[in-house]
Order: sequence, then structure tokens, then C-alpha cells
Amino acid sequence: MSEMILLRHREIPEIKNLAVYRQHGGFEAFKKAVVTLQPQQVVNEVKASGLRGRGGAGFPTGLKWSFIDKNNWPHYVVANADESEPGTFKDREIMEQNPYQFLEGVMICAYAVQANAAYVYLRGEFWQLAEELDQAIAELEKVGLLGDNIFGTGYVLRVYTHLGAGAYICGEETALLESLEGKLGQPRLRPPFPPSYGLFGKPTIVNNVETLANVPLIIEKGAAWYTTIGTERSPGPKIFSLCGNVNKPGNYELPLGTTFRELIFEHGGGIPGRRKVKAIMPAGASSALIVATEEALDTPMDYENVQKVGSTLGSASVIVIDDSVNIDWVINKTLHFFKHESCGKCTPCREGTYWMMHISDRISGGDAALEDLELLDDVAHNIQGKCLCALGEFSTMAVVSGIERFKSDFELKVLDGASQSQTAPEAEPVAAD
Amino acid sequence: VNALFEKYQNEIERVLAKYPPEQKRAAVMPLLYLAQSDRGYVTRLDLIEIGEILEISSTDVGSIVGFYTLYHDHPGGAHRIQVCNDLACALRGADEFLDQLCENLGIQVGETTGDGVVTVEAVMCLAACDKAPMFQVQDTQGIRYFENQTVESALALVQAWREGTPEPAGVVISPSVSDSKVEEVPAEIQAEHAAEEPVEVGSQPTGDDLPEANGEQNFEQKDADE
Repeated sequence: MSEMILLRHREIPEIKNLAVYRQHGGFEAFKKAVVTLQPQQVVNEVKASGLRGRGGAGFPTGLKWSFIDKNNWPHYVVANADESEPGTFKDREIMEQNPYQFLEGVMICAYAVQANAAYVYLRGEFWQLAEELDQAIAELEKVGLLGDNIFGTGYVLRVYTHLGAGAYICGEETALLESLEGKLGQPRLRPPFPPSYGLFGKPTIVNNVETLANVPLIIEKGAAWYTTIGTERSPGPKIFSLCGNVNKPGNYELPLGTTFRELIFEHGGGIPGRRKVKAIMPAGASSALIVATEEALDTPMDYENVQKVGSTLGSASVIVIDDSVNIDWVINKTLHFFKHESCGKCTPCREGTYWMMHISDRISGGDAALEDLELLDDVAHNIQGKCLCALGEFSTMAVVSGIERFKSDFELKVLDGASQSQTAPEAEPVAAD
Repeated sequence: VNALFEKYQNEIERVLAKYPPEQKRAAVMPLLYLAQSDRGYVTRLDLIEIGEILEISSTDVGSIVGFYTLYHDHPGGAHRIQVCNDLACALRGADEFLDQLCENLGIQVGETTGDGVVTVEAVMCLAACDKAPMFQVQDTQGIRYFENQTVESALALVQAWREGTPEPAGVVISPSVSDSKVEEVPAEIQAEHAAEEPVEVGSQPTGDDLPEANGEQNFEQKDADE
């Protein structure tokens, strides 16, 4: 892509400065919306753009906005800036470097659903970022872009930041809302969905940071322009967070539909030491592992095609794993993560992640039997479909796909452990904690 | 009303103004940060006082402290170095970094140095996967990131704390693709590699070719909130 749409700071370095952002058309879209468009027209334009949620689920954004309950007031907008998926670091860059585009997206969304208050829920670790956003919001209040009578139309809007405190689960929208209400971050039973029952029990639109950052340009340049980027069913640009065994990890803004090969080899500079790609996790730690065949590498990264190779695009956090890595170790890492991050509300997830982690520890420690592989797989399958939110499901994705697609890695580890314990039973005692 | 309110009246009123008046409870997390900024952890009295301000029970306030990892209910070192050693960071050497840092400081993960200056903890993903090894520092000043770290740079930071000198800069703002510390392969070779060398289908590991990161000791970490 010749011109950045989301990571515009890479071309306009001072864009985090309000004056510079405005020189480049900043807040013209917000003005256009508030002054010349009805809220419904804004919703329709976003709907027509085909923009899909960039936080992972890929739900059509305009459609979500249209679900807002117009018989229950007030309405709220909440920006999900809880970015916590291992492998994802895109929202942070947007907010740090191009904050006003993100905030303008929040503001347009608020106007579209007729909200007078919007919250940016940031993970607690984004402490410094929250301070910077507070300053940016103060700037907007100073120049009248936020406040009581925006553009003289009488429209009232205020934006507030709110810091979480270290909980992956709060990226799940209903857990986020609970957390914002000052409660434990545990998901709600859905339905009702947030557009009818959200923050403080009021209709609420929750959108990811990157999703919202797309909105100003859709309003400024129109849905027809937007759909020229990306694919028909997955239009628009996407930020791919690339990390793991790759020479140039980082964020890459590319059209949806770019292949894994282009991302990893052209942009990411290939694999250190000219090693081979063994597996790809396209949606961070919660994705099913893709076996990195030639065909898989040529797969376009959009919502539909990644599913065809047995995984999900999610938030497009691409973790590259080379052939020096044993997949049982990868699974063990993801299980330590999910065990720690399970909120404890649903028994299958709370207990299941605990048991999966311990079985995986046994395998990694060379202290397992081959039956443990079946047991691990069985526990994973007993979590699936039995939890209120997707975290339970996520915890099993790498496990099930890893065992299915890289079984010999696990068997090797198990057999290795068995042979070692026969020859040298006391070779390496486990260090006491 | 109480000591916490008296001390931070302006801040507390500013926080409460963010939420509808009948939804005071929403301020519990910001108020806990405020209380924690005094000594790096929250006390029983803090729970009671926050409960009084927000008209909720101190048990409810305590449950928030227990649930979220960034609140602490007992003292640690003056600075907490929280190293991410999740999957993505571990692929860039975070486990070895954490081990060596602890070894150099003469402590185990989760422990505090004898002089009380630093606690080292292993934490979950911090959204800086491309800049590992990395950690955040949590102390009474808040939270800040230190990215693309080496054991030496981390030890220099600890040294600065010990001597009371200014901290070395930590955050590499993330506008661009970071340079990898790993072996660089010239671009033309990369291109050739991409074009000609097929990637082995479902290649299997050799077993003895595993990164040292595979050792069980890497998982002897204590959860940061335990």
C-alpha cells in the first residue's frame, strides 16, 4: 500500500500534534458528520464500507452500531484499548503515535449512536499512554471539539480514559464493561448484547481501537473509496502485528488479503538464520496453529481464507515459529497464559486450563505417558462450547491443533522423557520454588 | 470523610466526575491506584476508606485487589521489574533474560533483593512482543516500559536506583519496525530464500535442537498476583 491509512504517523511524523493532525484534514470528518449528516447517515456509511471489527471477532461495525437500542437512554461508546492478546501490539502504536485519528473515530461513533459520553478502557499497563490521551482529550476540550456545544450544534460529548489493572479477560467486551463499572472483570451472559444492555445497563457500542481509527477516513472519503482496499468480504487496511522468529518484527499496515508469505518474507525480512517456518499462529496465542506449508504461506490473510487453512485471523497478530521450536513448548507457554488469565467464572475454563497446564507441564518435563496426550486433548474438548466467553475456547485452540498437526513433537517429548528416566532417574531434580 | 479523601480530595473528585453520580463504584480502580501510589501496595485501611468513599463494602474493594494483577496487598521492592516471558517474548529470548537477570541480582523470580530495591516478577503479555526482551517497572511513580533490553541495560537501571541517579531511558516509542537483534541475513539472500527454498511441509523438530527455553525451570515462575 502506497499510502498509510492507519499508521499515518510513519508518513507524517508530527501527526500526534493536534495542529498537524488538523492540517492533514483531521476532524473534518467529525465536523462533516455532526454538521451535515444525520446519525443514521453516519451509521449507513460505515455499514456500506464493510468495515469489520479489528479486535478479533470481525463483526460488521456498521451493523453493530445499527443495533443500538433507541428506546433506552443514555447511550455510551466504549473503546476497547485493553490489547492483551500475546502477539498483538497494534492498538498501542495507533494510540501512541496517531492518537487524534483514534479519538476522532471514537467521537464519530459517539455521534452516530447519539452518545454524550465515551470511555476509552485501556489496560492498566498503558499507564503512560492514558496520561497522553488525557492530555489529547484536554486539547480537544480547549478547542471546542469536545464539550457542550460542538460546532454550535448543541451536540454534547465528553471522552474519558479508564485504566484496567492487568486482566486479559477484560478484552472481552462484557467483562470490560463489568470492569469499567468497578467490578471483577468477568463476562456476562449474552444476550442481551451491549447495544441493548451495556455500560451501567445502558445501550453501549464497544469497538476496538483499530476499528475506530478506520472511521474518520470512511466518513471523509466515503464507503466506495474504502471498499477499493482489501477484499470484497474483508475490505480495508489491516495492521498485522508480526513477531516471533522473524527478522523484522513490528506492525505492518497492509490490505486484508495480503499473503502470509508477503508479510513474513517481504516485510518481515524472513526467518533468522535462514531457518524454515514451521508453524504460524495468525491470531496470537489464542489461534489454532497452521502448518506452514507452501500452500498455507500463499494464503491471503482475510477473515475467510485463514479459516480455510484451519485457523482464524482474529486481531491479525502473526506469531512465526521456526523449525528449532518444539510445539509442545509452544502449547505449554499458551497454557500458562490461559491458566493465569482465566477469570474463574465458568468451571470448564477455570478447572480445564488448570488441568491442561499441569498435563502440559508433565509432558514438557519429560514426565508423561503417551495417554497424557489423549487426556490433554480430551480436557480441551470438554472446555469447548461450555463457557460464557471466548477465552475458554481460545485456551484450547493451540492445544487441539498442536496435538492434531504436530503430534510427533509431543510423542518425541514423552518418549524422550521415558527413556531418560530409565537411564538416569535422578539426573535433574526439579528445582524447588 | 477520611484520611485518603482528605489527602487526595482534588484527584478523587476529578475521578468521580468521570462517572454518573449514581455509579460511584466505577471509581474503585482509579482510587486503588491512588491509594497504591503512597507505598506501592494497598493496606486494609485503604480498602475501608475507599469503601467509605464509594459506599461499597471493603470486601468488595478487596475482591478487586485480588482479581487484578497490578494491585498488591503486601509490600515488595521499591521497584517491581515485571518481565514478560509469554510465548512471543520467549521466542525472542525472554526466558533466558529473566533467568540471567535474577541470577545477577541473586534472587528467584518473585523475590526481592536484600536491600529492598527491586522485586523481579514474571508477567503475562504486555503488548510489546516485537521489542522483547522487555519489562515494565511498577512503583509509586506508576508504570513505564523498558523495551529491547539486555541483562546489562536492566542491571544499569537497578544500579541507577541504588545510587539514586537518573534512570536510563526505557521506552523505545514504537513508530517503526524495530531492528531485530537476531542474525541479519542480507536482503538478497532473504529474497532468494523466499523465492526458491521451499519450506518443508510440516517439518518436525529434531528434539535435541530445542532452544534452552525448553527447560522446565522456566516455568518455576510465580504468578505476579500470587
